[in-house]
Amino acid sequence: MTKHPLFRALFGSRGNTVVTLLMVVAFALVLPGLVRWMFGHAVWEALNRDGCRAVDDGACWAFIRARFALFFYGTYPEAERWRVHLGLALLVVIGTGTLFSQRRRGTWLLALMVVVPVVDAILLAGGMLGLVAVPTERWGGLMLNLVISFVALGGAMPIGIALAFGRRSTWPVIRYGSIAMIEFWRGVPLLTVLFMGLVLLPLFLPNGVSVDNLVRALVVMTIFTGAYMAECIRGGLQGVERGQAEAALALGMHNTQVQLVVVLPQALRLSIPGIINIAVDLFKDTSLVSIVGLFDLMGVVGQSLKDPAWTGLASEGYVFAALVFFFACLVISLGGSVLERHFSAVPRGEKG
Amino acid sequence: MTGKGRALAWQAVAVVSATAVVLYFSYNVVTNLAVRGIQFGFGFLWAKAGFDIPFHLVEWDVNFSYGRALWVAGVNTLFASAICIALASVLGLTLALMRLSGNLLAAGTSRALIEVIRNTPQLLQIVFFYFAVLQALPPMRQSVTIGTSVFLNVRGLYLPEASGLAWDWISGLTMAGVLVAAVVWRWAGMVVPRLLVLPPVLIAGLVLAGFTAQWDAPALKGVNFVGGVRIPPEILALALGVSIYTSAFIAENVRASIQGVHRGQTEAAFSLGLTPGRTMALVVLPQALRLLIPPLTSQYLNIIKSTTLGAAIAYPEILQIFARTVLNQSGRAIEVMTLVLGVFLVVNLIASAGMNAWNRRLTLQGR
Repeated sequence: MTKHPLFRALFGSRGNTVVTLLMVVAFALVLPGLVRWMFGHAVWEALNRDGCRAVDDGACWAFIRARFALFFYGTYPEAERWRVHLGLALLVVIGTGTLFSQRRRGTWLLALMVVVPVVDAILLAGGMLGLVAVPTERWGGLMLNLVISFVALGGAMPIGIALAFGRRSTWPVIRYGSIAMIEFWRGVPLLTVLFMGLVLLPLFLPNGVSVDNLVRALVVMTIFTGAYMAECIRGGLQGVERGQAEAALALGMHNTQVQLVVVLPQALRLSIPGIINIAVDLFKDTSLVSIVGLFDLMGVVGQSLKDPAWTGLASEGYVFAALVFFFACLVISLGGSVLERHFSAVPRGEKG
Repeated sequence: MTGKGRALAWQAVAVVSATAVVLYFSYNVVTNLAVRGIQFGFGFLWAKAGFDIPFHLVEWDVNFSYGRALWVAGVNTLFASAICIALASVLGLTLALMRLSGNLLAAGTSRALIEVIRNTPQLLQIVFFYFAVLQALPPMRQSVTIGTSVFLNVRGLYLPEASGLAWDWISGLTMAGVLVAAVVWRWAGMVVPRLLVLPPVLIAGLVLAGFTAQWDAPALKGVNFVGGVRIPPEILALALGVSIYTSAFIAENVRASIQGVHRGQTEAAFSLGLTPGRTMALVVLPQALRLLIPPLTSQYLNIIKSTTLGAAIAYPEILQIFARTVLNQSGRAIEVMTLVLGVFLVVNLIASAGMNAWNRRLTLQGR
């Protein structure tokens, strides 16, 4: 008696059947209520919470609609939001160009490392070239998560590369210095590091120099990510075959040249999956800045819940934030696998 | 040799520049402290704290010192870590077993859950459980009742409390016995896996002890519950958030380690006539465990670090008590941050050293 493979996968044995039935019962218990709350009885248009409850008892999505712009831009002035879009577009265009262009890679890289940060900083902060100044207190929402992620990831790359080489150095001072640095930052929780930036950074600087709250978070997030990046790149360096460096040395290249031109690019290629993981973790961890007084997406949602007009809508607010984070992480992962394939050592078509 | 000379020169440059940076920072710190009129020193640890710690496992009183507050908060951190580690391991194992069960529905559900959990921030999950689930529970009088003597409301989870001489002895001996057995199992030459025997023994012992105990059930008297134990919503939210988040990673680690055991091992066991269950328990799992320990160690260390997220919902762990309350009261930024960072570094170093030792023992036994 032959049966459909799907039938066998679900009811193949007695144990399997029991598991299937248990799962069906669990779904039957959870799903109808969830769907009913999210869609069936949800309210999409209302002026406040009471307005929602007057219509139906499901999710009050009107709250999200009312706060939509706040969740994405914080209190960034509405008339200036084109600057956020332009900055993001610039980053996406030059970032894609750098990663995928076949020619003039050096120029692209220079543009990504110098032009994009400078132009984007001027665009977002303003205060010059006829742009209205927007203080960082008004930056917020998902935009702030993105700013922190990109700055920390970009800054972490050189730190990570330096520390990874430092840890492999034969010079004891450099090696143990790098090890101490890496292990310290990896051994302490990110939140304590953020508090450290908040309370210690001003003490380390000359008296009277005040540091922007966002800059404090950026500095510590960058170094913190750099330590994790170092371990990831060190793994990549270990994965590069020794023959590569030996061949380059035999060709008469200088040791520094060998490491930077021959070993490092291959190591970075091997580190791509790890770097993507770090990027996903970093993006999720940017939500922690809401605890030290910045208004990223998490912070803005938390603040909106205190609004008397929309009080008690924590489920709606956090479910929405979770969806945004989920899709953003999905995009990073997908982009990562595209990158991995693009830079794969085996030419496409020859795999498998 | 020039190579050696260059190495020395560069290292000297590194030392000098690092020292210069440290000196510059120290100079700034000293001037800043002088301007603010703060004297550096840990003497404040003996001063009276004067604040309450709402949840404490060891004795606490507002008249105790800051030093005692560090101990109380440290115990809270370790308590939360222990609960989260236990819960995350069980949940992670469950998700991994679902994923590997071969049942399409269970594997698909597990995969979807893992993806959703892994791709949303841990802080979001903790805050969701706290504000959207536990703070949305009904007030005292309309408590959710589970069975007859377990109550859940906005103030927390109320459980009956066991007491009595027989309870103390039987439960204490069972736990101690299982712990000792877990350690000396292999030295005693036992070949049956610990995991198959010890958990049932533990459960049986505790059930037996439960029958002998006097149960003090919580009961609503007036506006408050009397009797039993209250588990505050902060620890519930922290435990749920941290352990569910980490369980997704543990599940992936477990799956990878089980799939990492060479297929030939399973085939050899089958051809020797072992049943699938015994193959799993005697051949695959012991080898998978060896692959599992390093990633599991880092997950457990992550859990300890993640308990600091309790500060977002005011769970009184080290960061909340020290970097917030004590820092605000005393203004001793350097001392407080040194203590907090030091505690985590020490815990991390001890935990990773212990796990490394265990890992080395397992590796050597293999081949």
